[in-house]
Amino acid sequence: MTVPAPSQPGQPQPTQSLPAPAPPVNPETREFWAATARGQLLLKRCLDCDSVIWYPRAFCPECSGMRTEWFEASGRGRIYSYTVNHRGEGAYQGQAPFVLAYVELDEGPRMMTNIVGAEPADLSVGAPVTVIFHDTGDGTALPRFQLS
Amino acid sequence: MTIRGKAHIAGAFEHPDRKIPDKSTAQVHAEVALGALADAGLALSDVDAYFCAADAPGFGPISMADYLGLTNLRYLDSTETGGSSYVAHVGHAAAAIAEGKCQIALITLAGLPRSQPVPRSGANILAPEAAFEQPFGPTTVSMYALAARRHMHEYGTTSAQLAAIKVAASQHAQYNQNAMLRTPVSVQEVLDSPMISDPLHRLDCCVISDGGGALVVVAPEVARDLPRQTVKVLGHGESPKIAAGRRIDLTYTGAVWSGPRAFEEAGVAHDDIDYASIYDSFTITVLQTIEDLGFCEKGKGGAFVADGALLAPHGRLPFNTDGGGLCNNHPVNRGGMTKVIEAVRQLRGEANAPVQVPDCEIALAHGNGGSLGTRSAAVTLILGREDA
Repeated sequence: MTVPAPSQPGQPQPTQSLPAPAPPVNPETREFWAATARGQLLLKRCLDCDSVIWYPRAFCPECSGMRTEWFEASGRGRIYSYTVNHRGEGAYQGQAPFVLAYVELDEGPRMMTNIVGAEPADLSVGAPVTVIFHDTGDGTALPRFQLS
Repeated sequence: MTIRGKAHIAGAFEHPDRKIPDKSTAQVHAEVALGALADAGLALSDVDAYFCAADAPGFGPISMADYLGLTNLRYLDSTETGGSSYVAHVGHAAAAIAEGKCQIALITLAGLPRSQPVPRSGANILAPEAAFEQPFGPTTVSMYALAARRHMHEYGTTSAQLAAIKVAASQHAQYNQNAMLRTPVSVQEVLDSPMISDPLHRLDCCVISDGGGALVVVAPEVARDLPRQTVKVLGHGESPKIAAGRRIDLTYTGAVWSGPRAFEEAGVAHDDIDYASIYDSFTITVLQTIEDLGFCEKGKGGAFVADGALLAPHGRLPFNTDGGGLCNNHPVNRGGMTKVIEAVRQLRGEANAPVQVPDCEIALAHGNGGSLGTRSAAVTLILGREDA
């Protein structure tokens, strides 16, 4: 597995190690993706029941409320589960083995992501991780994680 | 209302081929439809309800109804829950029959993923979750691998225990002349097969096959007049497994809800189940499902399967005696249809002789569609012999 150059938190980094396909953006999620371009990870909170909602949406599935707000996450979390995928598809077809993971953020949500910059042998469920951003070249960046 | 005993499966047919380079998808739908109707002793002109899912080419159920010339339809259902769709269709057909909406329901599945592959990365980019998942490169196997890893972390499940599931399926498949993989394998051979998405090896994964299958579900008064032995629908339960904005939990499936609903409607207990068709897209699918259905304590599935429980005919829970998706057939990457078909064979006493469960009276068929722990649909069906 190739080890990408260490990247710094904050501004999005170019990535040579993994593709960074641009996400489809719509009015409900535009603010989230605009923030990624600034190196910020936003979450949605329900103003009625205070739930943190993942994936981000304008509707609270917990209390059916329609009043939500964005707030910035700490960018820290722990690996909930991970796999080294040897058979990429789509944009990842032919890709060297790469790590797909769910990270449990300190704020609660478990989000799909990639772990980068680590050898598989160094990974474990529960390992602390920190967000970094990989520029998609489309005005957005993908929130990925590296071991803290 | 209950559907218990109010509908019978009168016809079941599994396409014998696993690679079909010279036919269209619609053509294979027609072949399996005719196969199941012939098995039932019925004709296309008798069919008054048609059920299909997203593998049916064209506009919902309409294009295939047109292709097949189903001119007497009064009930349509194109419920799409991935590989579990066809298990759901049996429950829905039974409910519709019990309500008097129809009497003879045809369910078809067919497709050609080997001969006419379509891009597999085609997750629906319009799905509201797509932007937060697809850019990171999830694949079907890797999503199940994430579930397997977490199950291992929480319960100590091992790769060798998962391999025992494949070993049992391969033992059964050796007696099925149509199975794609007929050679029995060992635990070590599973562990030595190439890693696809760790901890899942190639032999932890189901086959990819062309083919299909069909079922005919009829009202009891129709069943009475048919020459073939039919199978009673006793109970049905279904449930989505979703996170609903909360934290996902990869360690369990919707079987925790679909199972109890089916058992309650059927009025049977776990000890009454003589045979089980368990959805087996991957070995971890089987492990989590048998735990969630309550055949063993949660987290103890590894020990259960490693003890030979799944081996027919004499294990505690003989499963997938056709070899299942792991060895026999997983047409169109959708295994629910073949799960019901093998349960019907067992209840008719028509499974391959070495794996026929003696005096098989009550069987369970379970389907799972979608991504195991993340967003999926679980459907449980309990069936009984005609005299049950």
